[in-house]
Amino acid sequence: MTKQSRRLFLKLSLATASSSLLYAPFIHASTSKHVVIVGGGIGGSTAAKYLRLMDSNIKVTLIEPKKHYTTCFMSNEFLGGERDFKTLEFAYSGLQKHGVSIIHDRVISIDTIKQTVKLSSNKSLNYDRCIVSPGIDFKWDVIEGYDETIAQSIPHAYQAGQQTLTLKKQLESMRNGGTVVIAPPANPFRCPPAPYERASQIAHYLKTHKPKSKIIILDDKEKFSKQKLFEAGWKRHYGYGTDNSMIDWVSVSNGGHIESLDAKNRTISAQAQDFKADVINIIPPQKAGKLAFATGLTDNSGWCPVDHKTFESTLHKNIHVIGDSTIASPLPKSGYAANSEAKVCAAAIVSLFNDRDVLQPSLINTCYSLIAPDDAISVAMVYGYDQGKIIKIKGAGGLTPMDAADHMRKREADYAHSWFNNMTHDIFS
Amino acid sequence: MSVINNLKYIFFCLLTLNHAYAASPNQASMLANTCAACHGTNGSSQGPATPSIAGISHDYFIDAMTAFKEDDRPATVMNRIAKGYTEDQIKLMASFFSNQKMNPTSQNFNSAMVKAGKDLHDTHCEKCHAKGGTVSEDDSGILSGQKTPYLRYTITDILNEDRQVSRKMFKRLRNIHQQTGQKGIEQLLHYYASQK
Repeated sequence: MTKQSRRLFLKLSLATASSSLLYAPFIHASTSKHVVIVGGGIGGSTAAKYLRLMDSNIKVTLIEPKKHYTTCFMSNEFLGGERDFKTLEFAYSGLQKHGVSIIHDRVISIDTIKQTVKLSSNKSLNYDRCIVSPGIDFKWDVIEGYDETIAQSIPHAYQAGQQTLTLKKQLESMRNGGTVVIAPPANPFRCPPAPYERASQIAHYLKTHKPKSKIIILDDKEKFSKQKLFEAGWKRHYGYGTDNSMIDWVSVSNGGHIESLDAKNRTISAQAQDFKADVINIIPPQKAGKLAFATGLTDNSGWCPVDHKTFESTLHKNIHVIGDSTIASPLPKSGYAANSEAKVCAAAIVSLFNDRDVLQPSLINTCYSLIAPDDAISVAMVYGYDQGKIIKIKGAGGLTPMDAADHMRKREADYAHSWFNNMTHDIFS
Repeated sequence: MSVINNLKYIFFCLLTLNHAYAASPNQASMLANTCAACHGTNGSSQGPATPSIAGISHDYFIDAMTAFKEDDRPATVMNRIAKGYTEDQIKLMASFFSNQKMNPTSQNFNSAMVKAGKDLHDTHCEKCHAKGGTVSEDDSGILSGQKTPYLRYTITDILNEDRQVSRKMFKRLRNIHQQTGQKGIEQLLHYYASQK
């Protein structure tokens, strides 16, 4: 380069540098990638926010029919009478502030070849990559006499909202001395400790308002999450194991499996015997959300296989699946896991768009259960990635110690509430 | 080099430069982002109890994680979580959180308690927790705007000798407690809660 041409080069550099600052958005308009996210739950909303935080050049559209999301986590505390329902509801305006376009509509279909998402308004959106976070759906055909219509009056309350309100109302109008049946499903299902936290919270409500009442858990399992801690907690607060126990747990080998429901007479037939109940809460067996099936993202198990490094579907290219509907074991199907997965997925998408190596995934799950006010327990785990699979980090994680002091259990309750506030703020604000 | 080629080169540089401007994901953010569900986005907690870790001193973070890892500090879940990370990973997280700014959320306080708490702070704490406990210089913890229940737990643990701190800090806290009782501790907490 001659002296003169170097000078020209510098001049041009400066000129282009200053003008390109002004025209930067124009440069990116032509290269900007579009991610369409289907489902504004924990996974989808977290992914939307973090994609924008990680790379503001990416255009993000979130499609969700509902105007509010109602969290399932902490909805048991509402059933226990210690939380206002409104605190469970979150709008999508916080995500808009991050530049996420929100479309309140239903997705009809995804064309995985043309890479388009079709909405019920007939509108069609093109995507470079799509994230599907459809949550869970229920298997309605397994319990005789029980289906989606009957579930409106025999609530599962396992997708929060009207279902939760219905269950609460039934508990409130129940007589003192009534029986509540909770029937959790076999594994795998969303939020494994939740049915037992629910039993605890309903017991707290009944102990306060209707102390002659009883809860029977008819389980389709031989053991359950945090079992020893729950049972010790129930013993401490609700007389578990005595003649006056407010909670009875019937394992599958003791006849807890449910065969049929007589909704009219509120009678549930378990293998052991028939139970006449005042309030019945069947939590049906689960599978991936409807759209996962319609798009061909599920395998024979009814859940979605994904690459554990990117959460891209192993069945369709350029579609990522996150949250409860994925096969991501050893990660549980939980809100925290969905939040963690969404961030790993968002980082992978940003790396893929920019032709960079995908980062080594790192994830956490921490799940609190409130047994009574001021008494909470937890399970935690750190996850890494090895040889194509998400793995538990050896030596990490585990449960609240059985001998934890009362003041430490109180701290866990305070941290559980902090978890709720930070979690929902991290997702929706 | 032709002018056109120069322009092409400049354009290429600018494009890559622009991408570098975004807070592009790296191994540190990959590790740190998973903390947000309990400690808040980028480490600023919404409370009521979980502490903010944004703006934390780099070395204090490493000390805390190491103590949790070795069960040398009272904990609920942090001892179980810290065991999941190598020294190098903890260093990456330390660099991430020490470079964040803490955004305190408002907490309840009583003005009379705040005034008394400020006097106690100025007399006993300011020397290490400088500028009203707002800075993490000298690897001290940020007290200003930190969550009240967390600070209360911490002081309780220190006074009960469940948590090891420097002899100097232990003596000062014990002095405050002996002279003013739990009321003095609460006054300090009100002072820190009042600050933003």
